[in-house]
Amino acid sequence: MLNRDLIETLTANCAPIRPLAHPAWRALVWFAVSLCYVAIVVAAMGVRPDFVAKIADPQFATELAAAFLTSVVAAAGAFSAGCPARPMWERFVAGLFFLLWAGALAVGCWRDVNAFGVSGLLSHSDIYCLPTILAISIPAAVLILSMVKRGAPIAPFVTIGLAALASTALAAAALRLSFRQDAAVSVCIWQFGSVVLLTGIASLFGRALLHWTMRDELIASFQAHRR
Amino acid sequence: MTSAQDGDHAAYGELLSDLFPVLRRFVVRKWPNAHDTEDVVQEILVSIHTVRQTYDRRRPFTPWLMTIAARRVADAARSRYARGANETTVDILPETFDGDGANSEQETTDDREALRRAMAILPAGQRQAIELVKIQGLSLDEASQVTGKSVGSLKVGIHRAIKAMRQALERIG
Repeated sequence: MLNRDLIETLTANCAPIRPLAHPAWRALVWFAVSLCYVAIVVAAMGVRPDFVAKIADPQFATELAAAFLTSVVAAAGAFSAGCPARPMWERFVAGLFFLLWAGALAVGCWRDVNAFGVSGLLSHSDIYCLPTILAISIPAAVLILSMVKRGAPIAPFVTIGLAALASTALAAAALRLSFRQDAAVSVCIWQFGSVVLLTGIASLFGRALLHWTMRDELIASFQAHRR
Repeated sequence: MTSAQDGDHAAYGELLSDLFPVLRRFVVRKWPNAHDTEDVVQEILVSIHTVRQTYDRRRPFTPWLMTIAARRVADAARSRYARGANETTVDILPETFDGDGANSEQETTDDREALRRAMAILPAGQRQAIELVKIQGLSLDEASQVTGKSVGSLKVGIHRAIKAMRQALERIG
């Protein structure tokens, strides 16, 4: 295709377009919608009976707050990664809240060691956490994927990784609100571990999920649209 | 770009025309050995078009543009090397006799239909290269003038098209 022809084609198909909102604002919109969904899921599964007592525990409150903050800040990072030339730190600031979350879990583990000894750490397996977190996170993940697809795929692995972290962290927080699983090591391995595992796996699909529209593909879409 | 986001066709056309030489220089500087500079520049323009909603009016335009350009040059280089690892470049492309006398009437009809179907699956750029060089008989230089692509880019396009058509014909049987 001649350069001149391409420019004419692109110019002819330059419909008015609304610029994307700030990544933080889009993250808040996603979080608000996803939170409504999570509230329904938690209500359906039932809020843990000792919730009022647990939320007064600073370790539990910090862990829960860190999970929610990781979710919303990771979402902002994912949206920022899809906007060319935005500051690089915006992509990685979620890591601070992720570390805070890990730190709160580590404090819980330390408390369990002091209370029950090392043998108390080796509690039963909670393998159900992985499919439960996956199932709860899917609607939030689908929503955030549709939103990040409006951005530019300049960093597909990071974008999808952060989007997956946002969805799974929210699902893990929902699980903490419903299930009375308080053995810190179990939470660390089966809930936090599921979040890490699912985020890692999802990020591998970055390039498959986010890719540039190629020239011939775009021209064909213009022609199809005209027909 | 702000005007382009508002749907101002004239401003957008002017912007893309102004960007073309800038991007060409950028691609040549970043990837001096690129055989298909024009193709890469065109892909960058298409990328700018498809993600123009990501441009933030309160931020400078050049970093936004260059981030996309750098990403697309890197993608093109990676894709080229990945393909190059599985391809063998030949100087003389294999030719066959296409005279009807060499084939029975039924075979000729079948071959034409199979070739037509094989060509239909090609991307537009490769199909155009095959039509100009292999069907209309234009030289590579003439085809280059018609399409605006470099001779090297046309050679690569024809080579890939023939390879894709061969695979399609094997599948068709």
